[in-house]
Amino acid sequence: MAEAIIFRNRDIPGYTGSLADYERQQGYQALRLMLDKYPPPEVIELVKRSGLRGRGGAGFPTGMKWSFLPKDRTVTYLCCNADESEPGTFKDREIMTVDPHQMIEGIIIASYAIGARAAFIYMRGEFAKEAAIVERAIREADGAGYLGRNILGKGFDLELHQYRGAGAYICGEETALLESIEGKRGYPRSKPPFPAVYGLYGKPTVVNNVETLANLPHILRRGPEWYAAIGSPPKSPGTRVFSVSGHVKRPGNYEVPMGITFRELIFDLAGGMKNGRPMKAFIPGGASAAFFTPAHLDIKMDFDEVAKAGSMLGSGGVTVMDDSVCMVWAAANLLHFFHHESCGKCTPCREGSTWLWRMLQRIDRGQGRKADLDLMTTLCGNIGGRTVCAFGDAEIAPVLSTLQHFRAEYEAHIDRHECVMGHARRGTAPPEGDGRPSDAGAPIRFVGHETR
Amino acid sequence: MNETQSKKGLSATARRELQELAARYPVKRTALLHGLRLVQEEAGYLTEAGMRDVADVLELTPHEVYDVATFYTMLHLRPKGEYLLQVCRTLPCALCGAESLLAHLEERLGIRDGETTPDGKFTLMTVECLAACDKAPVMQVNDDYYESLTLERVDQLIEQWRRAPSKRHG
Repeated sequence: MAEAIIFRNRDIPGYTGSLADYERQQGYQALRLMLDKYPPPEVIELVKRSGLRGRGGAGFPTGMKWSFLPKDRTVTYLCCNADESEPGTFKDREIMTVDPHQMIEGIIIASYAIGARAAFIYMRGEFAKEAAIVERAIREADGAGYLGRNILGKGFDLELHQYRGAGAYICGEETALLESIEGKRGYPRSKPPFPAVYGLYGKPTVVNNVETLANLPHILRRGPEWYAAIGSPPKSPGTRVFSVSGHVKRPGNYEVPMGITFRELIFDLAGGMKNGRPMKAFIPGGASAAFFTPAHLDIKMDFDEVAKAGSMLGSGGVTVMDDSVCMVWAAANLLHFFHHESCGKCTPCREGSTWLWRMLQRIDRGQGRKADLDLMTTLCGNIGGRTVCAFGDAEIAPVLSTLQHFRAEYEAHIDRHECVMGHARRGTAPPEGDGRPSDAGAPIRFVGHETR
Repeated sequence: MNETQSKKGLSATARRELQELAARYPVKRTALLHGLRLVQEEAGYLTEAGMRDVADVLELTPHEVYDVATFYTMLHLRPKGEYLLQVCRTLPCALCGAESLLAHLEERLGIRDGETTPDGKFTLMTVECLAACDKAPVMQVNDDYYESLTLERVDQLIEQWRRAPSKRHG
């Protein structure tokens, strides 16, 4: 196994992630080096040269994202996206609890590079324990002079706030995240203008993922050329933390160089299939990514190779399913997720996710109709690309990809009026009418909040 | 719901905490979610009086506060049980037995998804992915995660909580 970067301290015996422990492992050396040697534009150049791409989902080049900020700006904000909610993804949670100062040092470096004097960590609401760990680390860093006024006597000021969400997947979308910090509903904004121009409180803002930021101290300390040579250069350099879940022997987070194959990750590292059953399908990058089949196992895990094969590396969540899993049920499960989490702003996404969920549930229960499969395909075509944010594209991925790879299984459900996988399962609500969301009794979430 | 509880607003201490936090942000409204969390911590859910107090401190209209309160799933407009059992139902957990876990809890507690036991001790609900998929199935109870659950372990926990004296705030 290649050298770990993000988890380099994780397996040191007795390592607690405290400031003292982090400093013993060269923690905050990158910050010192930067404040001594590099003016902000040079930091941006270094990060561009490293080839680092965002680890949140979209894989946008980090240095380029920073360089979109207008030159004549006065106030700039940095937001660290710690709203990890993509089903199958649990890497940021471990990255920030094992080594919270690594993330904080990355935040300070990014803030200096873009000229931010205030930064926010947007912490997922459910992460109470993680929030306490990060809060303690912020206080330690503050006490040691790494935060606050005149950092290390070099004239750079940074105020770091931790902001806790309150339960909403959509707040991981960067403009919804900004709305949420402003104390509003997490509705994604129409873009352009992008956050680089009109972000938090209407000021130029950069939003970077936890893992992206955690890479920065290492890039600064060891140089962009070192980083650019790791993994799958030139387009997907570095390591990546992949979260493996589902039917494998050793689920967990694995930091690997970009460009290994799914087979290596799932079979060599995660131990392969548990219960001795063969694999039926896997999701390569979180619930928003199209399903893959065992035929895709030898695809290289880099941004472009996965995209070429029709899915995406997304958030790095790999969920593995054995041959006992009904694909209609799996798609219905995920569409319940999208139906529940759609913020409700755009009609195609809001109504579409509900309608798709109900149709899938109906088919799963043996009440599907012949016309349903084409109807779902048409419906997906009216959702994808027709919404303010990428959620619309995300919700159709499980439907279209399971239809593509497992159409016969869908058809068998409809023909035989039952789940052909023979599962005894229960859903959360009986399907009604023809599944249209406007039917009486439809659980339309944003008016149905009385149940909370 | 009892009458005095629903009229419970923010305590003086919480009010002060919210004022101080709001002053640290470029825009006061940024403290809104925190304010709602304070109401919920003190009263157990978002009381109307509490939401009005938050509006007052942050110079917002009650409507602006309610608008936000109805968006986020961790904010509750109705009283919840002392132990809020939130079972993850999303695919990685569902692949590892979340459906049986939920069915078992429903049977054990005599309530369905979304309901509260008559003694006010337990509320059972399903939630979406908790980002702990390697330790599926997972349930969050109040602030704590319970991971790699088995039915036996769940039974032990329920027994333990049943016997525990009520910590309910007045």
